Amino acid sequence: MKIGRRSFLSFVIGGAAGTAISPLPWKLTDDSSIWSQNWPWTPVPPDGEYSQSNSVCTLCPGGCGITVRKVDDRVVKIEGMKGHPVNDGGLCLMGLSGLQLLYGPTRVKSPLKRVGKRGERKWEKISWDKAILEVTKKLADIRSNGESYAVGSIVDSESGTVSNLFKRFLTAYGSPNFMTMPSIQDSYGMTLQLMQGVSAQAGFDAENADFILSFGSGIIDGWGSPVRMFKANSVWKANGKKVVQIEPRLSNTAAKSDKWVPIKPGTEAALALGLANVIITNSLDSKKISQSTGFESFKELVQNEYGPDKVSKITGINITTIVSLAKNFAQASKPLAICGKGQGSIPGSLNEFMAVHALNALVGNINQDGGVWAVAESDYINWPEFGMDSFAENGMQKERIDGAGSKYPHAKSLLNRLPEVINSGDGSLEAIFVADANPLYSMPDSKAMKMAFDSIPFVVSFSSYMDETASNADLILPNHVYLERFEDVPTLAGLSKPIVGLTMPVVKPQFNTKHVGDVIMLIAKALGGKMADAFPWESYEACLKETLGVKWDVLVEKGFEFNGDKCLLEGDFNFYPEAMKSLSDFSPVSVEGSAISYPLILIPYDSIRLANGYIGDPPFVIKAVEDTVLKGKNSCVEINPKTGKELGLTEGRYIFLHTPRGKAKVKVHLYEGIMPGIIALPRGLGHTAYDKYLAGKGCNFNELIGPAEDPVSGLDAAWGIRARLTKV
Amino acid sequence: MSTQDDKAKEVSADGVAGPIILFFILGLAASLVFGWVIFPKLLYSQKKQQIDFNHVLHVEAVEEGCESCHFFREDGSFSGIPKLAQCVECHEDVQGDDPNEVKFVEEYVANGREVPWLVYARQPDCVFFSHAAHVKKAEMDCGTCHGHIGESEHSRVYEENRITGYSRDIWGKNISGLREHTWERMKMDDCAECHATKKIKTDVETLPWPINWLPRPYEKQTGNRARVKTVKEACFVCHK
Repeated sequence: MKIGRRSFLSFVIGGAAGTAISPLPWKLTDDSSIWSQNWPWTPVPPDGEYSQSNSVCTLCPGGCGITVRKVDDRVVKIEGMKGHPVNDGGLCLMGLSGLQLLYGPTRVKSPLKRVGKRGERKWEKISWDKAILEVTKKLADIRSNGESYAVGSIVDSESGTVSNLFKRFLTAYGSPNFMTMPSIQDSYGMTLQLMQGVSAQAGFDAENADFILSFGSGIIDGWGSPVRMFKANSVWKANGKKVVQIEPRLSNTAAKSDKWVPIKPGTEAALALGLANVIITNSLDSKKISQSTGFESFKELVQNEYGPDKVSKITGINITTIVSLAKNFAQASKPLAICGKGQGSIPGSLNEFMAVHALNALVGNINQDGGVWAVAESDYINWPEFGMDSFAENGMQKERIDGAGSKYPHAKSLLNRLPEVINSGDGSLEAIFVADANPLYSMPDSKAMKMAFDSIPFVVSFSSYMDETASNADLILPNHVYLERFEDVPTLAGLSKPIVGLTMPVVKPQFNTKHVGDVIMLIAKALGGKMADAFPWESYEACLKETLGVKWDVLVEKGFEFNGDKCLLEGDFNFYPEAMKSLSDFSPVSVEGSAISYPLILIPYDSIRLANGYIGDPPFVIKAVEDTVLKGKNSCVEINPKTGKELGLTEGRYIFLHTPRGKAKVKVHLYEGIMPGIIALPRGLGHTAYDKYLAGKGCNFNELIGPAEDPVSGLDAAWGIRARLTKV
Repeated sequence: MSTQDDKAKEVSADGVAGPIILFFILGLAASLVFGWVIFPKLLYSQKKQQIDFNHVLHVEAVEEGCESCHFFREDGSFSGIPKLAQCVECHEDVQGDDPNEVKFVEEYVANGREVPWLVYARQPDCVFFSHAAHVKKAEMDCGTCHGHIGESEHSRVYEENRITGYSRDIWGKNISGLREHTWERMKMDDCAECHATKKIKTDVETLPWPINWLPRPYEKQTGNRARVKTVKEACFVCHK
């Protein structure tokens, strides 16, 4: 028998026939299809018991209710809480991505002590006992030198128990330097104080308004409580209400509005007064308010100084538009004017706020349906008085380092002034505590802020994340993230019915972290004496329960509670407070830099896809940023095609952007939605810390801009800076 | 007319035909042996459960049969294999001297560690399956799909498909894919077959179907086996 080629072929054919009638090919086909549906990188929630817990999102001041879906002990999804008065089931991209802030790589996992140079990011893990001992020793030393006033703290806002614990701690320790991150709430608070004589926040009954005049407020770009504003915007659209957006750039808000009115940046106050002029001249003002204090002086001011022709010259808006805008606004049944640019993270010029508020008063919508309400801040924190020792008493006699309350009597906190005071040698701090804030990134002129921090010998960060401030600290005492802790969340953010929410620990702390409230109490107790007596509570949770009293059970059950009934404050309206007199000769808040060496004007813009506060974009969110905003590793600068042509710039080219404060390499994006001569950069990019998904992407606008002190409030009023572009 | 050449060809053809057939049969036999015997052995790895579980013993000890441990949660979802917390209710301390019991209490209960049970009936993650619809609504018996597991005294060997990572119970013990009892296989066709048969036995209207506006995806075929009728959107009733 000869075995040849034919035998071999025959063997193969036999094999093929046999294989075809064996299960092998059919089973393999089936298995490979299942295999291809189960790639190891496809995220699949683990099997287990499903449960849902309610809590509050604290990633921005919006105060949205959230429902957290869990499988056993793992959080798998965050959704908006149905029936919540702020967001009723809706949630923003950032809120949805909160999971990545809980489990992501950017968490600080245990107390860390710096071992390398500052900012070198070399850390040693230490125990909580050692960390607290370290802080206590330092604070005891400073105190015994009689320099207790040289300790400061920076927190996100002045409301809530954690902020109040910081304040109480500093007071008992002997320092007046309790500072908060600035926002438009500071300006609105001051406006209401000056014009209505009430200590309140502005609440907007936006949903019921029928003509919305927005002076650059990013209604759908993250202004106020973002989800609530999105929903209000949808209500307006559905019911045919009018939205007019006044700003130099075609933002998303402007694009979705009924009318976009481009304006020379910084001249919004003049426009508001010009509109007031038309309203008064045409007797369209609410007759109720003409008896108000200062109305005659105000009338005189706008009639003498803010005629439509003059305003047209100042603002660059033509006279007909000004007149028709004023008439439409005044003739609407529930008109509402709002201000605070973009997301409202820069307080802005007080004149502008007062002018816009006067406009609201003029059409009689103060404390009315669809209008602006003066709402009282939360009043549930009533802690017992505490005794102060001689160190505390001496320290509290000192003036604040930022000049709030002294140089600027109306201001409560002026963090924007801190760099200048420290860097010019007018004042110094020995230690600073930072919680729920990232000033080294999010304060304008962040380089100067860093320089100021460099000269403070002891920097303690309570951040849950490795942000810019934490990276440059001496000690990090990481707080639980919002999904791991109890905390009250009083929400104002422009709500007409402010509420208090309660974040609840939906999961156990994932790492060796501690609640910042507990840490403060432990430090106070370790310092002993009257400091320890000022904190009689066993733990932060005990303190919170006692503080909230009867509210506690409701909050645990529902997650939120309206902040009492007496939220509406009445006060005599004063159209012409002292501070407004400076408007008799209008000059916009000046921008830094000379027009000769810097021919262009750079302004920032905000997007709902870019978080520019304490917390940076988590990976999901940064993925959603369009490539006309961030392309590769570079921010895109928006330039009008006309300006681009004059400068010989083409789309997508790399250029250097110079301002008196800094320089950045950016990409050209020619965009007709920006006024000629003005260029715009997004805020929220250019992080150097956080994780690899965020760090190194784009440039930080805050490194390019300097602060501009408002002459009345002392708050930062800078809306832009002069700039020039040079070839790479 | 035949020439010498032709004869030579015939001879050679005669001589080759035998080996050709033989080799065909050899190839056929080898591939059949490989496909039916060796391939299944290669395809599945054999794994032992960490704890040998005795169902008989437990069913005797509990009051409500299967549902004592495999229960429905308040939200209607099915608990599946019990978590440690449930076991601890009875097994806080070692009971008796069974080495499995000792191992369970010392290694798992004492350390608060979950037992990594290998789940025989776990379906691919791309499939939805509601136990409630089948057990509560259609009043099906657990055994219809899971067989006589409640009568087992030992945990059997878990055979894991090396390609998909799923249990052999899904495809069925029989590599041909044929089965005698309903619990011997858990592929989509088996779901479809039951749904189609039910449709005939009961009435069309009473067949369980979760979405009113959506056409039912199953229909009785003229052939022996039920087949999925692919109407628009129908796939996503069961598939994620």
